[in-house]
Amino acid sequence: MAKVTIDGKSIEVPDGTTILNAARMIGGDIVPPAMCYYSKLKTSGGYCRTCLVKVAQGSAKDPRPMPKPVPSCRQTVMDGMVVENITSPEIVEARAGVVEFLLLNHPLDCPICDQAGECHLQDLGYEHGKMKTRYEFKRREFEKIDIGDKIKLHMTRCILCYRCVKVADQLCSCRNHGVMNRGDVAEISTYIENVVDKDMSGNMIDVCPVGALTDKTFRFKSRVWFTKPVDAHRTCDKCCGKVRLWYKGEEVLRVTARKDKYGEVEDWICNSCRFDHKKTSDWVIEGASHIDHHSVISANHYETGKALENLKSDIERHQKQLKENKFALGQGAMNPNNV
Amino acid sequence: MGRQILINDLDKEGVNTLSGYKAIGGYTAIEKALKMKPEEIVEEVKKSGLRGRGGAGFPAGMKWSFIAKPPGVPRYLVCNADESEPGTFKDRFLMEKKPHILIEGMIISSFALGANTSYIYIRGEMMYVFHILEKAIQEAYDAGYLGKNILGSGYDLDLHVHCGGGAYICGEETGLIESLEGKRGNPRIKPPFPAVVGLYGCPTVVNNVETLANVPWIVNNSGDEYAKIGIGKSTGTKLISASGHINKPGVYEIELGVPVEEFIFSDKYCGGIRNGKKLKAVVAGGSSVPILPTELILKTAKGEPRLMSYESLSDGGFQTGTMLGSGGFIVMDEDTSIVKNLWNFTRFYHHESCGQCSPCREGTGWMEKVLHKFIEGHAQTKDIDLLWDIQRKIEGKTICPLGEAAAWPVAAAIRHFRSEFEEYVHQGKNMIDVKHYYRLNNLQEA
Repeated sequence: MAKVTIDGKSIEVPDGTTILNAARMIGGDIVPPAMCYYSKLKTSGGYCRTCLVKVAQGSAKDPRPMPKPVPSCRQTVMDGMVVENITSPEIVEARAGVVEFLLLNHPLDCPICDQAGECHLQDLGYEHGKMKTRYEFKRREFEKIDIGDKIKLHMTRCILCYRCVKVADQLCSCRNHGVMNRGDVAEISTYIENVVDKDMSGNMIDVCPVGALTDKTFRFKSRVWFTKPVDAHRTCDKCCGKVRLWYKGEEVLRVTARKDKYGEVEDWICNSCRFDHKKTSDWVIEGASHIDHHSVISANHYETGKALENLKSDIERHQKQLKENKFALGQGAMNPNNV
Repeated sequence: MGRQILINDLDKEGVNTLSGYKAIGGYTAIEKALKMKPEEIVEEVKKSGLRGRGGAGFPAGMKWSFIAKPPGVPRYLVCNADESEPGTFKDRFLMEKKPHILIEGMIISSFALGANTSYIYIRGEMMYVFHILEKAIQEAYDAGYLGKNILGSGYDLDLHVHCGGGAYICGEETGLIESLEGKRGNPRIKPPFPAVVGLYGCPTVVNNVETLANVPWIVNNSGDEYAKIGIGKSTGTKLISASGHINKPGVYEIELGVPVEEFIFSDKYCGGIRNGKKLKAVVAGGSSVPILPTELILKTAKGEPRLMSYESLSDGGFQTGTMLGSGGFIVMDEDTSIVKNLWNFTRFYHHESCGQCSPCREGTGWMEKVLHKFIEGHAQTKDIDLLWDIQRKIEGKTICPLGEAAAWPVAAAIRHFRSEFEEYVHQGKNMIDVKHYYRLNNLQEA
């Protein structure tokens, strides 16, 4: 066990824990933001540099500070380590710098981006960024390439977090996309017009922190904050079958994996669950999903008060109707007009 | 002063062949080394105070002693011959003229580290040097210096040359390892360091060509003898690639501790500034180290003469000092535009950034575009502060040192030559071509 102090708060964590995970165990506003680290993907992290922290004391044995800011997602803790995150003005400034770099060539096309409302870059820019950019040149653009009929790649929005590459490496039977070129023209692409169609590849949509990889079956159907997340499950032989359904009215607009408060999925789901089962009758409804992190989606309070009662009665009625083989989901929380 | 141990005897016939190299005393160190214990060789190198010649100047013996030795796991020695730093061309010269000194150094170093397979990672553009090395390695195999049971000692070593694709980033040791493994040359996140997890996940030491070429001499003459060459902690000799506005550009082997003034102006070395011009600035160790104006490169801030050594050149930190780096000595005369030169450097770093981490990927391109505004003559005073701010946000925030390499020249140019940036702002479009501007206004070139 190692005792680590982050912004004055101490915790004992097992050896080999990263600073970021130790901070997550403490919780609260001292948790560094992470754009590329994904706890469920091995070797992820270290690229985006938003989680930089200052190590004011290396360990109890060697109390020297580390000379440079370290990525908290990759640096493991040592016993007696003292870490400064939001208490270090240097780090706050460095983070603002990284956010500026990430947004430098980002098109800021949020009004037409399907990710808007659940985009990590939006949250990051809002929390750590500056009001205005100092960049006055033409932003980088990429040619749109088609990577298959289920996933839309919009490279101009990408921040090169490499998460989708790791998903393909670790979940799919083979990877047919990757990073091409280098420097600021590096891009996610398939090699010679290949198609990303392996099973589990849909998880790339969930891990993408921005709107670079979006669900083609959900494209331009609705803003995410007009849809209502509902937890549901089904028996699936390929994955856990535990998903989140996003309703608008009676219609299931999309199916995603369930995400925790850091925006990471709890369990991977297969492409069949995600893309092919979009009827309420395919699923056993569990109830309204709770969204932990503050979000424009939870701002609708779909899971509290009258809306929750409506939702409960809705689901009960719906399940009764399902037994009678009737589908009707008209009134209640599923309908945005009732909230 | 003035001893040479690497590129002496170059005038002799056929030093690039095995027999020619043997005629000047080559391959004698191997016989001696193979009778020693590996730890003794590491100890000798430690005693010699030999420092990494690739740029960082980390003590080589120390680096060797860090290598992990888990049982049953192979160890590797990789020679970094991916010399791509603008202004540096010493390794290419050495390998071209005396390939066997590197091979001999690698055999001894591999034996000291317990490696049975070693690689030379050479830059793709240097194809002809690749062929020279291939030929030299074949000669060494034929003579029994490589392969199974070298000189009857029971030690086996295979040496391979691998040709890179010509990316600057593959000169970074973990980027080099990735590239050698056949992947994208993206630097790895450290820790773990290559001494623990390196090539194919095994303990690996990556050394520069010149570092390894020093090893045969150390084995032959002992580490203590080597430590007598040079000055203070900067022991031995150093190959300096001198370029720019000097009378005699080329590769010079200097004993560390030669005064910078002597190096630039004496006929033995650079031979002074060409066309009788005045010295304006020097980039002392390859494009990524801070540029220094005349008054600071010839004398330190304390008024002492500056010497060509690791300590003396970095005296005063980055405020008034620089670094010896890889020894790419670029001299600029009074006609040089620091801003244009900086734009050229920054363009290089923008082109060579691997794109893995965001500060370097986005920041280098941004700096290049801002600097291009100066060249085009529509920069404003706030752009100088913007440049300063961008470099500060890149430095120390990146995975590998390329971010710093891109940030330092910008910082130093603004620190020491801010007035020149202001001149570009005030003169605006007039600065599009300096010479053209002077001609139009009938002015003497200042």
